[in-house]
Amino acid sequence: MPDKKESQSISVQKLIAEKRKKGSKKRTEKIIPFILLLTAIVSVFTTLGILFTLLVETFTFFSHVSLVEFLTNNTWYPFSDPGEFGIWPLVSGTIRVTGIAILVAVPIGLAAAIYLSEYASDRVKRIIKPILEVLAGIPTIVYGFFALTFVTPVLQKLIPELEIFNALSPGLVMGIMITPTIASLSEDAMSAVPDKIRHGSLGLGATKFETAMKVVLPAASSGIIASIVLGISRAIGETMIVSIAGGSTPNLSFSVTSSIQTMTAYIVQVAQGDAGYGTTIYYSIYAVGFTLFLFTLVMNLLASWISRRIREEY
Amino acid sequence: MAMTAKKERERATDIQEKKTKNIVYKTKELNLWYGEKHALKNINLDIAENEITAIIGPSGCGKSTYIKTLNRMVDLVPGVKTSGEILYRGRNIFDKDYEVEELRTRVGMVFQNPNPFPKSIYDNVAYGPRIHGIRDKKILDQIVEKSLRGAAIWDEVKDRLHDNAYGLSGGQQQRLCIARCLAIEPDVILMDEPTSALDPISTLKIEELVQELKNEFSIIIVTHNMQQAARISDKTAFFLNGEVIEFDDTDKIFSTPSDQRTEDYITGRFG
Repeated sequence: MPDKKESQSISVQKLIAEKRKKGSKKRTEKIIPFILLLTAIVSVFTTLGILFTLLVETFTFFSHVSLVEFLTNNTWYPFSDPGEFGIWPLVSGTIRVTGIAILVAVPIGLAAAIYLSEYASDRVKRIIKPILEVLAGIPTIVYGFFALTFVTPVLQKLIPELEIFNALSPGLVMGIMITPTIASLSEDAMSAVPDKIRHGSLGLGATKFETAMKVVLPAASSGIIASIVLGISRAIGETMIVSIAGGSTPNLSFSVTSSIQTMTAYIVQVAQGDAGYGTTIYYSIYAVGFTLFLFTLVMNLLASWISRRIREEY
Repeated sequence: MAMTAKKERERATDIQEKKTKNIVYKTKELNLWYGEKHALKNINLDIAENEITAIIGPSGCGKSTYIKTLNRMVDLVPGVKTSGEILYRGRNIFDKDYEVEELRTRVGMVFQNPNPFPKSIYDNVAYGPRIHGIRDKKILDQIVEKSLRGAAIWDEVKDRLHDNAYGLSGGQQQRLCIARCLAIEPDVILMDEPTSALDPISTLKIEELVQELKNEFSIIIVTHNMQQAARISDKTAFFLNGEVIEFDDTDKIFSTPSDQRTEDYITGRFG
């Protein structure tokens, strides 16, 4: 028996020594950083490449249409001759749909987050949170059809003047789509608030709801705001729902019942149609795309700036 | 004759003591379980008004559990069961219609680790009065100043009332938490090892503060620091394995304890 033990310990040491001699581990260790660097470079260059194309084509567009017209004309009607290229009708379409989505998603998302973080037992939380997150995994085309074939007809019964294509229905559905994002990220932020802070409040005779609203919510506010900004970013960039249920009539107004067109839906319309290469219409999608890019960039910068501030809170 | 006269006088002072020292908390046959674990066993303890009662004992003896039971913060632990009674000013706090919020408004608590809210110093102190409906800015200003003075921190923070409380040192944060507690003018203040996370100078400041607060409040303090108990308290209860081994005047506990286990603990033979 002791013999066996000894031979075992010796053989392990031997094996290790052999492996060392080969030096295979060392070689891979040296190669790995390069492989990793390569992958990092790929994504950086892709991003730069996309940005570059976007910029070049956008500049070409502005050699056809002046920046002043782009920013001051109140009509977007590229298919006439000569076309009218004022961006605001498309921007207003995007803002209307996004606004409705935020009005739906923020209250529902925050209420769900408060429930999950402050009231739900671990068991309930384990059941509800994944279900909520499944909502985020539904393909957006399904949401689009849901908006057009279910939500719009139901809404038309309530609001007779509602057109088949409108801002309200895709806005509501988009709100449902981003609710899980807001709920889930806000819940993370609220759960991260240390219990001792809650106890401080409860120990003063505050109720659970007072504690949630006046202590936990403010303490998690940076994370919550970041989640809302992320939701807004997703809503601005969302394409499928608005293409299907929003319509293709750009107009500059506050109406949510009439047909609209968002920036994303316009890009889809042109990309699917047969606008010839080199035409102004062809270049216009890059200008619209760049505008969209600016919107989401600002939102993302805002989100990272806000979430950087959270670390200073407690 | 001289003897009897002395006895008479003693009895007279005894009666007088009993008259002035009302009982705040009367604990009767209290048992508490965390799931299967029997954490408090047949506790009987009377706590008097305007005194400092120290609760000492080794880790895991139930002293923190007991103090958290007094304002029912222990309810927050899942799977807690209790039997017996705790009468606060004559009313059983386990009664179904006893609102914990009302109890906790009368019985303030200072926790082991300073736990200010991530708000300004002012908002921390004004939090309690605000949730109980006091909105008048002038009154709030007065309450905040009075509470911060009461917690001996006013001079250090008066010029930065609107700075975040997390900019304060640990000792200052703990005094802020005491101020936050004073702001709702409680009847009793429970302190759960309030100095265990602090340096000696901060500890000394808080000990001095506690002695001053005794004039207005009844204070129950859990401490694992026996010198602290000896320095500041009037009465001391020694807990061991969920039982009260001895409860008496602090002087007596630390000079002539009646139980061998108390003596062993106090002289540092265990714990």
